[in-house]
Amino acid sequence: MAPVLQLSGITKRFPGVLANDHIDLTLNEGEILALLGENGAGKSTLMNILYGLYQPDEGEIQVRGKKVTIHSPTDAINAGIGMVHQHFMLIPVFTVTENVMLGSESVRGGDFLDRKKAADRIREISESYKLEVNPDSYVKDLPVGVQQRVEIIKLLYREANILIFDEPTAVLTPQEADELFEIMRTLVKQGKSIIFITHKLREVLEISDRVMVIRRGAMVGSTTPEKADKQKLAEMMVGRSVHLEVEKAISTPGDVVLQVQNLVVADPKNQIAVDEVTFEVRAGEILGVAGVQGNGQTELVEAVTGLRAAVSGKIHLMGQEITNLSPRQVTELGCAHVPEDRQRDGLVLSFPVADNSVLCTYYQTPYAKGLNMQAHVILENAHRLIKDFDIRTPNAQTNVGSLSGGNQQKVIIAREFSRPIKFLVASQPTRGLDVGSIEYIHRRIVEKRDEGCAVLLVSPELDEIIELSDRIAVMYRGKVVAVVSADEANKAYLGLLMAGVSPEQAESAKTKGPRVVETTF
Amino acid sequence: MANAVLVRKLEGVSPTRQRWMGVVEIGMAVLILIFFTLKVQPGSTSTFNMTPGGITRGVAGDWVVPALGTLIFLTVVAFLLGVYQFVRGFGKWTNGVLGIIVAFFVFGFLVWASAGKSLNLSGMLSAAVLLGVPIILGAFSGVISERAGVVNIAIEGLMLMAAMVGALVGSVTQSIWWGLLGAIVSSVLLALVHGVLSIKYKINQIISGTVINIFSTGMTSYLSSKFMQTYQNLNNPPIFPRIPIPLLADIPIIGPLFFNTNIFVYLTFILLIVIQVALFSTRWGLRLRSVGEHPKAADTLGINVIRTRYVAVILSGVVAGIGGAFFTLGSVGRFDEMMTAGKGFIGLAAMIFGNWTPIGAFLAGLMFGFADSVATKLSILGTGIPTQFMAMAPYLTTMIVLAGLVGRGQVPAADGEPYTKE
Repeated sequence: MAPVLQLSGITKRFPGVLANDHIDLTLNEGEILALLGENGAGKSTLMNILYGLYQPDEGEIQVRGKKVTIHSPTDAINAGIGMVHQHFMLIPVFTVTENVMLGSESVRGGDFLDRKKAADRIREISESYKLEVNPDSYVKDLPVGVQQRVEIIKLLYREANILIFDEPTAVLTPQEADELFEIMRTLVKQGKSIIFITHKLREVLEISDRVMVIRRGAMVGSTTPEKADKQKLAEMMVGRSVHLEVEKAISTPGDVVLQVQNLVVADPKNQIAVDEVTFEVRAGEILGVAGVQGNGQTELVEAVTGLRAAVSGKIHLMGQEITNLSPRQVTELGCAHVPEDRQRDGLVLSFPVADNSVLCTYYQTPYAKGLNMQAHVILENAHRLIKDFDIRTPNAQTNVGSLSGGNQQKVIIAREFSRPIKFLVASQPTRGLDVGSIEYIHRRIVEKRDEGCAVLLVSPELDEIIELSDRIAVMYRGKVVAVVSADEANKAYLGLLMAGVSPEQAESAKTKGPRVVETTF
Repeated sequence: MANAVLVRKLEGVSPTRQRWMGVVEIGMAVLILIFFTLKVQPGSTSTFNMTPGGITRGVAGDWVVPALGTLIFLTVVAFLLGVYQFVRGFGKWTNGVLGIIVAFFVFGFLVWASAGKSLNLSGMLSAAVLLGVPIILGAFSGVISERAGVVNIAIEGLMLMAAMVGALVGSVTQSIWWGLLGAIVSSVLLALVHGVLSIKYKINQIISGTVINIFSTGMTSYLSSKFMQTYQNLNNPPIFPRIPIPLLADIPIIGPLFFNTNIFVYLTFILLIVIQVALFSTRWGLRLRSVGEHPKAADTLGINVIRTRYVAVILSGVVAGIGGAFFTLGSVGRFDEMMTAGKGFIGLAAMIFGNWTPIGAFLAGLMFGFADSVATKLSILGTGIPTQFMAMAPYLTTMIVLAGLVGRGQVPAADGEPYTKE
């Protein structure tokens, strides 16, 4: 029998980059194929070609043995190909029904929407594939896990047989991810075929039937979970041996550096994002803040660094109150900030590396004398940082925007770490970085801790939190629901807390081992 | 399944805002007291005529109120509401209560102005409707285009151009319908320019709109002063007559306001219903709104974002064209330079105030029309307030509404963002 989908010799060039280099790929009926690769390896490009968002320069696509040309998402849908995008393609102010029917609406009397008919269809689908969702809810009111179900229903509504999941677990809690895997298994059982794109090794081993690894635009190998392990997959992905574990000694906490008391912060929509939060971070320890994205971590970090006003509560840095001080005042007191969106908040992309490396200190001596910037001092400083922090850049005058993500992050790390700091806030410091850069940044953060710096680490990646932290605070809907020491924590337990299960209930789950917990959201 | 996502909002009104609103409201009560209540003669009455002048169908009797008693009532209630607002606060009703007190103030003003005299309230309202029509049509034009994600600040320019071309074509052909068609075509052509600049070339939409406004001002002023003022037969179009609607025109008060007037008012009603239904109950509307909310999502579902936006901008031009034609073919029957006088911009304010919905835009447009009409009528009545200040009323209302009352409501999420296919 012909495979469901066959790509042969797909090549895509962007100016200066060979994004896909003669890629061959086969997907059989009823299998889950994992497509593994680092960020920028070309996975998404390949899938966008398959979904008609890009046109390949060479190569051909066959669906069930027949050659197809896919010029637009409509062509892809007609060929039975559907995609669950990494960033959901849902309209928050529309209902589930409206979102699902959009583009292939049920109508009556000419052009009038038949919402009821569509809603019935959705109920049918959610029944038969166990995708629980209320067709009349507004998408903006749904938790992320349910929004993802809506995305899947969208594909099934269009009778897609080939489903592409693009980094589907990036936004989910571990429990939601488990539920997703359950759904994927159901789908496959009912005859659908799935391509699962990811860079998370654990998930590949857990769910896939077959793995294909892509590196720098080329297919470098194919294996099965039975024949591979994490270490081997990582090496295939990166192309060299990597250390997956962080080496760190036991921490020796000193004095309290950051103290947060009853902090309340509102988000831009004036909703309470941080709700009566109290915690402290001591010198020489890393406090990890775990939680699904959007549970108040961003606002917490912004309040601590002076970027967002607190509604009430107090923040002290080394005994001095810093509540609602300006970011510059907080910075001058010895606070360093590695922001979650490095391109928006961390760097001025159109400025050279040299200028970016003095963004916190450009107005102080020796970088400025009166009103004059001392360009040569700034340049010397940049040369030193480029050497010390191993920033790969053509020279210090290169615009930061043209560096790779990993090197951009290194510029921020260099800028923040080269100052005499007492307190470091690192928010998703390795977001979107390759394994090599992650390794480097983790090591630097641990070094800073060992120098006696207090570190507040925020990350939705539970692995990162568990590996680096000495203590872990879990945030759920703006509250810190528990603070646990790192050696007590395990993934299942933290995952339950992140999903809103109370610490007592989660505690029992911890001892009994993993089980499915019914949560209402 | 329980969709109990608890979103805790900060109390709708912050304590500072609650106090501040209380102070404003008490202040307004005091103003009513000082300027109106203490100034009227005891025993005098205010007479409001409830039939517009020159109307014979749907006649209603006069409404006579004792001036002092009414004003005392208004003062006391406004004061009590203000005190309650200051002490306890009305929570989510805060804006509504402020609206009531503003209405009290306006009514108090009318009672004082007409104490011992009579005021044609119905005539004032009927003028409000007519003054509101171009604002509402401008707002509808904005709703259509912004729902698809194109900010259309060029509406003022479109209406001005349509007003001139309508007058010109109407004069030449001596036909109101050719005039209207000419107005619409000219407006659509200008809208298309805006469309091409902002959709195809992705120029900043505010700049593109401003350019069109400036072009329109210059072009109409030039043509008008060069030709239309010199050759009067180029500026003498016929105007749409008053058409009473059988039965409905005979309803007292409402009849003369809405059902015994010219075709533009009826068109406004029809457009209100058509746009409301089209946007929210049809496939076409769902797709159009999806393009304004999340064009990429629409694209991945096979919806042609670019084409949808062009269609929206063209329709926006059609509606603005009708609005422009109203100035020349619907009311005065001649074109004067700058005769739209910012109505298109006020229309955009009405669109925002009305939360990007046709019905909201309609009500907001009527409110701005009323402010305009109060200003005009009362400067005639002679209140001692300089007419220049009275003429500011509609613009002041616009500013207060935009600055103070409106939170960011249901703005289409991709409003003003050009769409680039990857």
